[in-house]
Amino acid sequence: MENAIIELEGLTKFYGSLKAVDNLHLRINAGEVFGLLGPNGAGKTTTILMMLGLTEPSGGTARVCGFNATSDPISVKRKVGYMPDSVGFYDGMTAFENLSYIARLNGIPAHEVHHRVQEMMELVGLGTAMHKKTSAYSRGMKQRLGLADVLIRQPEVIILDEPTLGIDPTGVKEFLHLIRQLSRQQGITVLLSSHHLHQVQQVCDRVGIFVGGKLLAEGDIHKLSQNLFAEELYLVTITVKDTLPDTTAWEATLLQMDAVRKVTASGNTIEISCAENITPRLVRYFVEKGFDIMGVYQKEYGLEEIYQRYFDNNLTENVSHGKSSGLFQRSFFRKAAH
Amino acid sequence: MESPVVYFKDLFSGRPRIKKAGDPSVSDITSRQRPFGVMVRKEVADHIRSWRFIVLLILIVLTFVGAMYVSLSNLKAAVSNENDPDRLFLYLKLLTATDGSLPPFHIFMSFLGALLGISLGFDAINAERNNGTLIRLLAQPVYRDNLLLAKFLSALVIVAVLFLSLSLLMIGGGLIITGVRIEGAEFFRILAFVILTVLYVGFWLSLAILLSVKFRQATTSALTAIGIWLFFTIFYRIVVNMIVRSVFPDPNFMTQGDIVFYNNVILDLLRLAPSQLYTDATTTLLMPSVRSLGPLTMEQMAGAIPSPLSVRESILIVWPQVSGLLAATAVCFALAYFWFMRREIRT
Repeated sequence: MENAIIELEGLTKFYGSLKAVDNLHLRINAGEVFGLLGPNGAGKTTTILMMLGLTEPSGGTARVCGFNATSDPISVKRKVGYMPDSVGFYDGMTAFENLSYIARLNGIPAHEVHHRVQEMMELVGLGTAMHKKTSAYSRGMKQRLGLADVLIRQPEVIILDEPTLGIDPTGVKEFLHLIRQLSRQQGITVLLSSHHLHQVQQVCDRVGIFVGGKLLAEGDIHKLSQNLFAEELYLVTITVKDTLPDTTAWEATLLQMDAVRKVTASGNTIEISCAENITPRLVRYFVEKGFDIMGVYQKEYGLEEIYQRYFDNNLTENVSHGKSSGLFQRSFFRKAAH
Repeated sequence: MESPVVYFKDLFSGRPRIKKAGDPSVSDITSRQRPFGVMVRKEVADHIRSWRFIVLLILIVLTFVGAMYVSLSNLKAAVSNENDPDRLFLYLKLLTATDGSLPPFHIFMSFLGALLGISLGFDAINAERNNGTLIRLLAQPVYRDNLLLAKFLSALVIVAVLFLSLSLLMIGGGLIITGVRIEGAEFFRILAFVILTVLYVGFWLSLAILLSVKFRQATTSALTAIGIWLFFTIFYRIVVNMIVRSVFPDPNFMTQGDIVFYNNVILDLLRLAPSQLYTDATTTLLMPSVRSLGPLTMEQMAGAIPSPLSVRESILIVWPQVSGLLAATAVCFALAYFWFMRREIRT
């Protein structure tokens, strides 16, 4: 953790009596893709604005690229490209003019501007719509133009606020691929905030789960799921042909297996939570018992479950003792997840 | 979005080189000075292309042409009027002479200048905020106040160019039509008139920008600005008159000194309106024989020869008006600045 490029220490922001960001500590290393996850109104945008010095924190400091974002925002803004969630352009100007304006504002020499803007537009796939007025642009096109707008200044850090909003699925894939590639090849640090979990899952090295102004957890996805679901990392659902007869007899034997943590049976499905992936053993067991297996479904907990878990835990104000907060909730969400 | 890497390799290889160049002072100076110029240029271009400005331009040019036509047709009478000490100032007469069918140009400007200032500034900040461009703009390495200053300066540059070219057109037209050489004093008076008009428009502009910072909706700020303008042009005089009638004693029972005193109070009250300041100042500048903007006593008038004042003396007379306008502009701008710097910019 030597080369942290973004360091937030005790960052706090009040809007009146509302605590938008609550004593946030976060370090993001150079070259990392970090995903800031959280529901709407969690304080993601506020945090980002404080990193850019666009909003004054009520307490704590934000250091980006070694500069204090509050006292020296210009130095920070020279290094950081920011794409807001509702990116807007001057409607009376063409996309090309919009981008040239930003290029000039960033001190790109006049003779380079034309060339650079053109290449940037082609890069984000807007080469043919370059000389259209931005008022005629669709939401997705604006989003791409926003990316071009960020990249044209050759930033060291890219901050994207809900970047995939309004782009079609193929576009999202390309977009995320491009971000990932930039980060890998050029060592650009990327911070992206989103509530699209699986998209974040695709590209981020690490994620932070942000609810109600607090960072509930951070780390890579595997680690997060291990922490949370240490007891029951895998969920195996087995569907059999006939309605299950008396369950108590074999439930006890199942629970005697090392990895099995919990067994729930209802109708003709059996759900088994286990700490290791023991699906083959389970199937073998049921076959030996003479059940006709119709389907086996095994799932590992992903970001969605992690997020859901944290979010719920936070609601019940029981962050650290997730276990006791409810078998009820857990089984409820497991059903809902199907 | 194919093969970005090939391109970016080339692009980003520039980064370490810039860093290594290690001459921060040079790059700092250039990058700090340039964005402001870029912003002003963009704002000027925006104004010139906007329909709003074109409509106002047509309005002002029409007013100008109308006023010139009236004054040209009355020029002969005005210049040959033996009782008028200003009759020899041909070019000032061009700006002020009228037969009563149309007010002279500088009176027109006290209305239109306000409208011009309001229309150039009422959506300066809130339109950017509503379009989502403000946050993107401020995420660039520019100072926040540069934006405000660029908005103010660009509109002012346009107004200055507009009035300067109109005045020069008038002088040129006068030269061609009459063939009379322009006096230095006249030229300076007209120049001072132009500067004063720009200053007056600048006041309304800064007020409009202030309101555009304050209100989120452009329509609200426009309406408020027009409301303030209407109040000062129409209602303010009525309000002052009402106060005077109900509070001040009957002039029939006052001594000469009291009457002068109360008249001065009334004038001072009226001068709280910026349009009054502007009218006072332009009248003095364009009519060299005006020696005082308040009432004069008989003692003061005794021995005075009805002759034109020098440029310097006229400017001395209007100096309080000029500083009043300057102060009002500065207050509005400072307040806009104060609000804008501490403003949450998220939409």
